[in-house]
Amino acid sequence: MLRRVVLIALPWLIVIGIWYAIAYSGLINPALVPTPDRVAWRFWDLMTHARLPVDILMSTQRVVIGVALGILAAVPVGFVLGWYRNVRTFIDPLMNFFRALPPIALIPLVIVYFGIGELAKVVVLFYASFFAGVIVMYEGIAQISPIYVRVSRTLGASDAEIFRKVIVPLTVPHLLTALRVALGVAWATLVASELIAAQQGLGALIQNASSFFQLDIIYVGIICIGLIALAMDLILRAVARRLVAWQERIA
Amino acid sequence: MAGRPRIVFDHVSMEFPSKQGRLRVVDDVSYEIDDGDFVAVIGPSGCGKTTMMNMVAGFVQPTSGRVLLDGKPITGPGPDRGVIFQEYGVFPWLTVRQNIAFGLTLRANRAHAAERNEICTRYMKLMGLSEFADAWPKMLSGGMRQRLALARAYAVRPQFLLMDEPFGALDAQTRAAMQDLLLEVLAAEGKTVMLITHSVEEAIYLASRIVVMSARPTRIREEITVPFAYPRADALHETREFNELRSHIRDLVMREYAAQAQQSQAVGAE
Repeated sequence: MLRRVVLIALPWLIVIGIWYAIAYSGLINPALVPTPDRVAWRFWDLMTHARLPVDILMSTQRVVIGVALGILAAVPVGFVLGWYRNVRTFIDPLMNFFRALPPIALIPLVIVYFGIGELAKVVVLFYASFFAGVIVMYEGIAQISPIYVRVSRTLGASDAEIFRKVIVPLTVPHLLTALRVALGVAWATLVASELIAAQQGLGALIQNASSFFQLDIIYVGIICIGLIALAMDLILRAVARRLVAWQERIA
Repeated sequence: MAGRPRIVFDHVSMEFPSKQGRLRVVDDVSYEIDDGDFVAVIGPSGCGKTTMMNMVAGFVQPTSGRVLLDGKPITGPGPDRGVIFQEYGVFPWLTVRQNIAFGLTLRANRAHAAERNEICTRYMKLMGLSEFADAWPKMLSGGMRQRLALARAYAVRPQFLLMDEPFGALDAQTRAAMQDLLLEVLAAEGKTVMLITHSVEEAIYLASRIVVMSARPTRIREEITVPFAYPRADALHETREFNELRSHIRDLVMREYAAQAQQSQAVGAE
């Protein structure tokens, strides 16, 4: 147990150590590298005397809504693409076309069509998580071995029963993977989405701080994004371990 | 042994589209599987044995001719015909007990919880899986997965058992044990069986009749009635009659393999 704690803590401590080393080495202007303790202090300061809690809440909310909507749409689409090979042949290039477009490049258009309110941010996050989710879903569903369907038919299963008792359980692991990938992509896209005139949110915090050259605040924003994304991923993995314990490898 | 005919192949042919035009896989095959028969189908690989089994299972329809079950053409799969696949097809997301119970939770053969439990327990015991009732299939060996597939098929009480190379992926010892287990289970609950196999020994040891198929397009090369009474035991392998029958069938099969090899050379030379 202790060994485990040490092994988990070690890489983090090394990163912090390197960070200190760079800050104190004199190789870089100290004004450009706030030390970890300075960033930690700023974090506490922003948490207690400023709007950091609101920023965190707003960003998390946007990510959760964007990912939820994106995956909700990705499940049926990914299912159809994965299950019907001939549909996939025609739709696949289109999917890859849209998937390749960086969400940040779409922001001017999003502003034109959706304005600068909450909707615009959610649209960007939806876009990012939808395409990430669709790909994972359909690649996964396309790999489902047809033998399970055949076996069920020989045991007397109807189409509805095959869907409910065979396809759905086989889809769950892919759904969880899609969620994880989409969450990762969504957090990565967050700053871009909050470039759209956001007043609140971690992206906005970083944007504002950069205008005033407040490097420690930029660091706080970045680290918050990383930590929240990490926490969400850990939660999802714990859920996956319970839900798909039957899998040969744990998702 | 021979009862009334249950499954009838009536001038059955099967063609598949291929690059060289239509590929004829099964060519005008007629034979009957009687009630209580154990028919082993043997022949060179790729000759269309599995296609014939798939027609009985209801996965494919013949291009011409008819496959009849109790006088009616087969239109699709059903729980009256249990199928054992070479790759087992055990459901990985269900425990051993849930796998066996799967068929009994379907509308086609719904059983009450108590009855379901009773059936599961009986087959787990019979197949030696009781200790693993709540284990995931990922924890089972190949032989155990095969037994689980067999238990799952048996649970819905099919009248027919269709087996496609069921023991092909198992090591020799497990395979022999599985063969004896199958004979044991069949002795306890009679079924009509169609077994696709590559193994001449397996066919003789298990079957009451053997159908030797030719190279593609497959026809019936010879139908052989196996002269040994059930129950059979491992010592049968050592008898003179067994060995004579084995060499006879092996000769037939080897000749068909040679014919198939020539064919594919001819195709390659085109």
